[in-house]
Amino acid sequence: MSIDDRIAADQPKTFKFTAKNEKEIKRIIAKYPKGRQASAVMPLLDLAQRQHDNWIPMAAIEAIAHRLEMAEIRVLEVATFYTMFNLKPVGKYFLQACTTTPCWLRGSDEMMRCIKDRYNIASGQTSACGRFSLLEVECLGACVNAPILQVNDDFYEDLDYETTGALLDSLEADKPLPAGSVIGRSGSEARGGGTTLAAVKTGKASKSTAKKRGSAHA
Amino acid sequence: MPKLTVNDIEVDVEDGSTVLHACEAAGIEIPRFCYHDRLSIAGNCRMCLVDMERAPKPIASCAMPAGDGMVIRTDTDRVKKAREGVMEFLLINHPLDCPICDQGGECDLQDQAMGYGLDGSRFSENKRAVDNKHMGPLISTVMTRCIHCTRCVRFATEVAGVPELGAIGRGETMEITTYLEKTLTSELSANVIDLCPVGALTSRPYAFTARPWELNKTESIDVMDAVGSNIRVDARGAQVMRVLPRLNEDVNEEWISDKTRYAIDGLRRQRLDRPYARGRDGKLHSISWEEALKTVAGKLRKAKASRVAAIAGDQCDAESMFALKSLMARLGSPHLDCRQDGAKIGGARSGYLFNSTIAGIDDADALLIIGSNPRVEAAVLNARIRRNWLATQMPVAIIGDNVDLTYAAQWLGVEAALLDDVLSGNNKFAAKLKKAKRPMIIIGMGALTRRDGASVLGRARQIAEAYGVVTDKWNGFNILHNAAARVAGLDMGLVPGRDGMDVAGMAAAAKAGRLDVLWALGADEIDYSDFASSFVIYQGHHGDAGAHHADIVLPGAAYTEKDGIYLNTEGRVQYANRAAFPPGEAREDWAIIRAVSGAIGKSIGMDSLAEVRDALCEAVPHFAMPDQIDAVKWAKFGGRAKLSSKPVTSAIENFYMTCAISRASETMAECRRAQQADAKGAVAAE
Repeated sequence: MSIDDRIAADQPKTFKFTAKNEKEIKRIIAKYPKGRQASAVMPLLDLAQRQHDNWIPMAAIEAIAHRLEMAEIRVLEVATFYTMFNLKPVGKYFLQACTTTPCWLRGSDEMMRCIKDRYNIASGQTSACGRFSLLEVECLGACVNAPILQVNDDFYEDLDYETTGALLDSLEADKPLPAGSVIGRSGSEARGGGTTLAAVKTGKASKSTAKKRGSAHA
Repeated sequence: MPKLTVNDIEVDVEDGSTVLHACEAAGIEIPRFCYHDRLSIAGNCRMCLVDMERAPKPIASCAMPAGDGMVIRTDTDRVKKAREGVMEFLLINHPLDCPICDQGGECDLQDQAMGYGLDGSRFSENKRAVDNKHMGPLISTVMTRCIHCTRCVRFATEVAGVPELGAIGRGETMEITTYLEKTLTSELSANVIDLCPVGALTSRPYAFTARPWELNKTESIDVMDAVGSNIRVDARGAQVMRVLPRLNEDVNEEWISDKTRYAIDGLRRQRLDRPYARGRDGKLHSISWEEALKTVAGKLRKAKASRVAAIAGDQCDAESMFALKSLMARLGSPHLDCRQDGAKIGGARSGYLFNSTIAGIDDADALLIIGSNPRVEAAVLNARIRRNWLATQMPVAIIGDNVDLTYAAQWLGVEAALLDDVLSGNNKFAAKLKKAKRPMIIIGMGALTRRDGASVLGRARQIAEAYGVVTDKWNGFNILHNAAARVAGLDMGLVPGRDGMDVAGMAAAAKAGRLDVLWALGADEIDYSDFASSFVIYQGHHGDAGAHHADIVLPGAAYTEKDGIYLNTEGRVQYANRAAFPPGEAREDWAIIRAVSGAIGKSIGMDSLAEVRDALCEAVPHFAMPDQIDAVKWAKFGGRAKLSSKPVTSAIENFYMTCAISRASETMAECRRAQQADAKGAVAAE
């Protein structure tokens, strides 16, 4: 895969951060010690991606390199290392499907099959309508609610074939379902609701336990 | 000083050493790919694994600091197995195409696979294939062979100072490339070829031409600049196939510039392989040596000594210059010069040497560069300045062209008058110079070839004296020459004698019709149109400017074709050796001059190279002391006249073409084209 395969063929000539982002950049760079401004490369790439339809053109990479006094290749190295940075245009809904072992054991294949059935796309491809792009990614770090599909910034959890379909329906209608578990669990509680400490009353409970322990000790 | 035990051998190593150094101190060779003495430690190839007592698994010795009391073993079964495992993984995606790979026979991977490789592969899946990358006209890439040691990336970033190489992607899709496959813009770029432990980066001009075991290797000295880089010339038969760097810590370490390495294809083109004389039709016709000697002798015998002059070029060996000087002395002419460019130097040695020595750059703590661009004039030396700057953030300032030197340099301006400002303390850089303990001044030929060059030199001397550049223990007053022959010429006094004319004087005399014969020994950088009325004897090896204007051409030997003594800009005496014979009827230069002297009947004696050397060493004793530099006495030199308002520039604009050989080189021409195309592209992009 040469660089031409990694980046978009059609590149904008120039890139300029918006005034709002410029302000944000100042804030980000100020977080790092003087002379260590290069540490801001990842937040800046993220800003550029958000500003530019969820992908980073080469002009932005050059602008960031210039801004952070880094060599262009150093910025490109970072941008190509992380799958979260897109160097080619993606659809409005960028689907990052986790297929690492826990998600796979919990049925990520079904989730993938649903996406494939609908749009006939494989990892790295964009649907014919141009609105959906799929990327198979490694662990998204939410294994408790596997399998996970990340849509732009939001996690959708506990998916199977049907619920993935429902999610995609809602995206097609531009009325995305609320993020989180699609089967309605709160956080990573058990399926039927919380079970731990169910008998303990909320509120003063912790205080009284502490006291009891204290007295027992005495 | 930590004390370690390596395979039951106790070794003491310097503080800050690694376990790998300790193993080497114990005489044990550790296989490695990514580790390199002159680059930062990456620790990513894992080939240097060793066992450390109490460590649960083998450690990478290159990245492990040596600690007191460590017990290291390199000969356990576990170490062997671990290294074999690493080797097997490296070979998984490495094409086994050694028979068609230029690295074959001098490949680290090949060599180490002999020690740690399996006899067969257990990998039956498809190997990864990687697109080749464009890196310019010098570096040929087969990126499928790359094992991602990142030596090239570290070299470009750290030593060459052009952070253009990088590794994009990750894991199996990791690839080494330049940014958008642009040409590397370094004068040292081809050193990545030597650094590459596999055949991923190989020499493009040398591609598929020879195998290392077919070549005769001769240790020699480079003449493309005045650094005097130590080189190894590899020749097959009469043809020089390639030039590689040779280790000399005090000069070039283990790097050489791209010109040093690749101008050699110029040795095969435009060569003067037999004597020529200009006929009545204005064209050069080949003649025999007898005729040539007769004609030259006739002309010299007829001419009055005061109307005969000699100029030595920039790449002459000391022996031939000495022979020329002896001949002029026998003829009785004081008109001789070795400064084609008219540099206003000579006299006291301290006024034309790189006094601090090249290694001394490491000790400097402030640097003022006057009229020089060391990046193109002495690329290897520039890398040393950069290393010091990287380590110490040494303040650097330039008077002259505002160029990118690969390190931060404060550009003071182009006016020569700035020297007066610095001298009077009326300049922002003066304070930094004052504060420095070992300040250094580098003066290039751009500043010294001016009409007021002597005054620039004088001003620089005054600055040196006022700012502690010259003390009892430190001499940071440095002249950076561009001509490999210059210091030798000045040392032996190849300058106008009593009432003698320098190059400009000769040109004026020739224009006025007062110069009958000019002997140009390898001089191709003077304006020959001035000498139209003189009989020009050109002795040299290339059909360049000199031969085009010559009335008679005596074919000599190029630097790879003769034994010769060269003095670099520090005044370091180095002996170059012959790697091949000169083409056709061309002869070694001292012998030609000797033959002419005999033909005139004014023999200079010296019937062999040894005799020339004996006479030379008797006249100038330090020529007999190779590789030795003695401190030179400080003297009063330079002029005091007012400085002109002409801007100070550097002497070399085009790095790739500075001499007859590099001008004849196709490779150098291609590099120049690539450089210009890049410059054009950069302008267009803006």
